[in-house]
Amino acid sequence: MGRSIKKGPFVETHLLEKITKLNATGSKKPIKTWSRRSMITPEFVGHTFNVHNGKVFNPVFVTENMVGHRLGEFSLTRTFKKHGAHTAKAEAK
Amino acid sequence: MARIIGVEIPGEKRVDIALRYIYGIGPVNSKVILEKAKIDPSIRAKDLSEQQLSQIVHAIQEGKYVIEGDLRRELGMNLKRLQGIKCYRGIRHLRSLPVRGQRTQTNARTRKGPRKTVGVQRNPNAKTGIH
Repeated sequence: MGRSIKKGPFVETHLLEKITKLNATGSKKPIKTWSRRSMITPEFVGHTFNVHNGKVFNPVFVTENMVGHRLGEFSLTRTFKKHGAHTAKAEAK
Repeated sequence: MARIIGVEIPGEKRVDIALRYIYGIGPVNSKVILEKAKIDPSIRAKDLSEQQLSQIVHAIQEGKYVIEGDLRRELGMNLKRLQGIKCYRGIRHLRSLPVRGQRTQTNARTRKGPRKTVGVQRNPNAKTGIH
């Protein structure tokens, strides 16, 4: 079941505070966050987030298209395993 | 053979079935359209008169259905958007793996296609000792 519209999108409060502070000063410093579950709202656009994937922080630059998705969707938690040697020839295929 | 909206050529079937040959129109929509056009769904598509055909076309356009090329384009755009922003779903589409969290150790053959054995592809640089 989807989330009630009345409540609005879920954003972790500490993250929202940081964003409003950054927007007030106009700075674009990357924001380190563990909050993968936070929804991307229009205020986030143009900022860079370092989103934790359980091991490292992946930089995510938020564009307009990303609004409505969650931060975690852009920081993969699993490594994609391929077979065979990863030569330039194999990669090109 | 009757033509509806340009390219659609449904055959010798009941109209309600024939309409479903239009991409984007299924069982429910076809029923609604025929009801709106006031056409008996049990007559054959080839027996439709010119006037009835135009009634159907009118009902489809009136109903604001997204069909055929427009629908295909819309779906394509959705895919492109997901792939463009590099989100998890988009990446799963790019790699043609299941998108909605299904298992992939076994099954998932619909997305992955026929089984293919992957032999060992040796790194040509391995012999020379450069990696």
